[in-house]
Amino acid sequence: MSPDELLAIASRLVDKAEGDEQIEVACSHGVSTSVRVYDGAVESLTQAEDQGIGVRILRGGREGFASAGTLDPDVVDRLLIDARDNASFAEVDPDAGIAEADGVDAVDVDLWREGIFNHSVQDKIDLAIELERRVKTADTRITGVRTATYGDGASAFALASTNGIRASTRATSAGVGVQALADDGGQAQTGYAGDGAREPADIDLDGVVERAVSHAVDLLGSTKPASRKVKLVLDPRLSATVLSVISGTLSGGRVIKGRTPFADRVGETIAHPSLSFGDDPTDPDSLGADSHDGEGLACRRVPLVEEGVLKGYYWDSYTGRRGGTGSTGSAQRGARGLPGPGIHALSVQNGSAGSLDELIAGVDDGVFVFSLAGLHSGVNAVSGDLSLGVEGRIIRNGELAEPIGEATVGSTLQRLLLDIDAIGSDREHLSNGVSTPSLVIGDVMLSGAAA
Amino acid sequence: MRIGFKGDRLIPGTAFSTRASNPIPSGRYPEGVIDQQTLNRVLTAAMAGGADFAEVFAEDQERNSVNLDDGRIENLASSRDRGAGIRVIAGETTGFAHTADLGEASLLKAAKAAADAAKGGSGNPRAIEVEPVSVTSATIEVRPGDVDKATKVETVQRADQVARDHHKSITQVSANYGDNRRRILVANSDGLLSSDDQTRTNFSVNCVASGDAGLQTGRESIGHTMGFEIFDRYSVEDLATSAAARAVSKLEARPAPSGTHTVVIGPGSGGVLFHEACGHGLEADLIRKGASTFAGRLGKQVASELVTLIDDGTMPGEWGHFAIDDEGQPGARNVLIEDGILVDYMWDSIRAREEGRASTGNGRRQSYRHLPMVRMTNTYLAGGQSDPADIIAGVEQGVYVARLGGGQVNTTSGDFVFGMTEAYLIEDGQITAPLREGQLIGNGPNVLEAIDAIGNDFEMGPPGTCGKDGQGVAVGDGVPTLRVTEMTIGGTAA
Repeated sequence: MSPDELLAIASRLVDKAEGDEQIEVACSHGVSTSVRVYDGAVESLTQAEDQGIGVRILRGGREGFASAGTLDPDVVDRLLIDARDNASFAEVDPDAGIAEADGVDAVDVDLWREGIFNHSVQDKIDLAIELERRVKTADTRITGVRTATYGDGASAFALASTNGIRASTRATSAGVGVQALADDGGQAQTGYAGDGAREPADIDLDGVVERAVSHAVDLLGSTKPASRKVKLVLDPRLSATVLSVISGTLSGGRVIKGRTPFADRVGETIAHPSLSFGDDPTDPDSLGADSHDGEGLACRRVPLVEEGVLKGYYWDSYTGRRGGTGSTGSAQRGARGLPGPGIHALSVQNGSAGSLDELIAGVDDGVFVFSLAGLHSGVNAVSGDLSLGVEGRIIRNGELAEPIGEATVGSTLQRLLLDIDAIGSDREHLSNGVSTPSLVIGDVMLSGAAA
Repeated sequence: MRIGFKGDRLIPGTAFSTRASNPIPSGRYPEGVIDQQTLNRVLTAAMAGGADFAEVFAEDQERNSVNLDDGRIENLASSRDRGAGIRVIAGETTGFAHTADLGEASLLKAAKAAADAAKGGSGNPRAIEVEPVSVTSATIEVRPGDVDKATKVETVQRADQVARDHHKSITQVSANYGDNRRRILVANSDGLLSSDDQTRTNFSVNCVASGDAGLQTGRESIGHTMGFEIFDRYSVEDLATSAAARAVSKLEARPAPSGTHTVVIGPGSGGVLFHEACGHGLEADLIRKGASTFAGRLGKQVASELVTLIDDGTMPGEWGHFAIDDEGQPGARNVLIEDGILVDYMWDSIRAREEGRASTGNGRRQSYRHLPMVRMTNTYLAGGQSDPADIIAGVEQGVYVARLGGGQVNTTSGDFVFGMTEAYLIEDGQITAPLREGQLIGNGPNVLEAIDAIGNDFEMGPPGTCGKDGQGVAVGDGVPTLRVTEMTIGGTAA
C-alpha cells in the first residue's frame, strides 16, 4: 500500500472527530521476505504482509488508545469506539495531547531504493547460501553455522491528526546475519555478525564473514581472566551498543520522572571533554535517517553532549510539554503502539586517536571486546549500575593476546562516560542507525577468577 | 533504547501474554471465522505441490493494559490482532506466509505463497480432511473483559498510593496492569483440528528510592494464566510494599564483590539460572545443529545428582501453561534431567518428525506472524531435602541472591549471565550487608555440577518473557533455595 493510500485511511478516521475531540491516527503497511538457510539448503522462507493502525483520542483532557494489526474496515471503525471508551476511564491530564505543528520543515531524506525489487526470491536464497558457504569454508576450525539469514522489506507509514498534521514516509531495508560455530576439541565457540542497508547491493558481506569467523575462531581456547581493573577497547559496533544504552538514559520521559542519573544536570560536565554526541536523523548517510517522527513532526538535530557537557534531552510532545521544552521531534513508535521519546540516529563525533589497531596499540592492559551479554538484565538505567558478560581478547602491552570468556565487566553508566580514554577516528554508519567511531574506556572492573 | 543481543535470553515480567477460558467446543475458533470446509480446501491447496506437511495456524488476540506512572494514569490501551500463518514443509524446507485477512481468498493466496516457498515436494497431492479433537482450555473464573476498566484503574492507583506511603525515600512509582486473551486454532495435513482459548493476566509495580548515594529500584511482578481472580491470590498492597521495601533497602547497598564466590540462590526467581544454564541448551533445534554443549549427552551425568529438572506446560495457572502448544500438541510434563542424568531434550513437531519421535508439546510462537520453534513452558528444579537455613549457615564467605532478574546464554559455549536485583553478603553463615546490582556469570555444565545443596522450599518465580531468534513467549520458572560452590560475581569491588 502506498503512503497516500495509508494517509487516506488515517484522514478518513480523523474526519470523524466529534466536537473538540483530538484524534491522531497512524497507519503502516509493509511487505517482507526472510530466508533462513542451513547446510546449503533453505530451512525456511517467509513471505509476509503486515498492517498496523493505532488511534489516539483526547476528550476533555483524557487520553485513550486502541490499535489493531489489520486495516480491515470493520476492525478499523471499531478502534474509534475502543479508544473513546479507554479515554473515558483515563484521568484528566493537563499535558495530555497530540503533537502540534511547530513550523519546522522536514528534511527530504530518501529512504526508498527501487533496487530492492530487482532481486528475485532465488537471488535472496542464493545470497544467504553464499554467506553460509563463505563462513563455513573460511577456516578449518569453523565446524558449522547455526543459522544464516537474509531478510528485506518495504514499508510505508502515514499519520494524520486533527491538528492538521499529515505526514507519510516509505522505506526499504535489507540485511543479513550469520552465526558461526568453531571447535578445536575444547570448548566450542560462536561468532555472530550481521549488516543491513537500504538495498542488498549495499550490504557488506565481506565484513560480515570476516567478523563472524574471526570472533568464533579467535575465542577458541578462551579462559577466565584474573579479576582486575582494565581498559576496554570497543570497535564501532560495541561502542554503538554501549552509547545506545547511555543515551537511552537521556530520554525526556526518564528526566521528568526522575528515572535517570542524568536528570537536572544540563550544563554540567558528564563525559570526557573529547566526547560529543546527539541525535541526527537529518544526516542522509545515517541508516537511522528519517524525515518525520512518530507524531508527524519534522526530525531534527538534537545535541545531547558536546565536549563532555550535557546540552539537553530528547522529547516527544507529551514529555516535552511536561518538561517545558516542547518536542524535539523525537517521538518513536510503530503504528500499533503509543509514541514515546527515542533516538532515531545516534551520532557520535569522530575522534582523533586513529584506527582500531592504533587504539589497541596504545593499551597496556585491556580487553578488546567481541561481545557483551545481558544488556537487558545487567544495566540499571535508574541507578546506572552496569555489569555485563564479556568475551574478547586480552590486550597486553599493545598487542592482542589470549582470548577470555566467562567474565564480566563492571562500572556505572556515569563513570563510563567520564572514563573514556580515547576516541578513534574511524567513524562508521552502522546498520542499527548509530554512527560512531571506536572507543577506549578506562578503569573498568574485569571480574573472572580470583585476583 | 536499541539493544542488540546474541544469545537467547529471558526478560522478567514484561508486558502481557495470553489467557484461557471455559471449555469451548473444538473447531469453532476463531469464532467460526474459518470453518472446517475452508480449512480442508486451504490445506488441500497447500499440499497441491506434493509437500510433506501443511498447517494453518489462526490466532485472535485481544489485549488491554493500564499504565500508571509518576502518579498519573498515563494510558489505557487496547489492541486487537488476528490473522493466520500457513506453513508448508517439503523435505528440509519450510515455506511460510501469513495474512491478517481470514477470508478464504486470502488464506488460499497465503497457502500458495507458502507452498511456492517450500518448492513443492516429492509426494502425491492429496485431499485433506481435518477432524476436530476435544481440548479443555483453562478455566477462567473472572474474564478480564468483563471487569470494569474503572476497577483496573483503581488497582494500579492503589499500588501507587501504598508504595509512596511506604517510605519517604520513594520518589517514583509505576504500576502496570495487562490482560490478554489469545484464541488459537491449529489445523494440519495430518487431519488435526485443535483449538485453545488462553487468558493471561499480569501486574507489576516498580519503585525508585532516592538516597545520598543515588537512585535504587525495586520491582514486584505477578502473571498467571488466570483472569481477574489473580487478585484473590495476591494482595496489591503486599506487592507494592514489597517493591518499595526492596528499593529502600538497596539505598544502603555496597558494591558487589568481583571474582569467584560461593553463591546461595533464594527460592522462586532463581529459576532463571536453569532457564539459562541448561534450558535453552536442551532445545532440540539447537541440539540438532550442534549449537549446544548438551548435544550427544543423553543418558550421561550432566549435573550434580541432586538436580532433577522438569519442563511442564500442564501446570494450571502458571504463566507458561496452555492446553495445546502452537502446533496443536497437548502441553506435557517432561523430565529433562533426573538425578543429574540427562533424560531428554525438548521437541517441537518438526524436529520430532525428523527424528521419528513424538513432540513434547514445546512448539511455540510469538504470534501468527511467526514460525513455531522449540520453546520452554514452565521450567523448574524439583525440591530437595535441605533446610534453607542450613544451606546458608554452611557458607563462610559468599553471596545470597534473593532475587534474580533476566539472563542470557550462549548455548554453544554454555556461558550464561543473569542479573541479581536483590542480593546480600553471607559472612560466617549469616546474611549481612545488601549489595548493589550486578550479574553472575557461569558456564552451564560447570554450574550444574557445582550445585551441592537444594532446599525443601520450592516456589515458582515471577512471570517471564523468553526471547529467542527475535520471538518472545510467556514462560514460567521456579526453584527451591540452592547453593553453587563457585560462580563469578560481576561486581565492581575488588
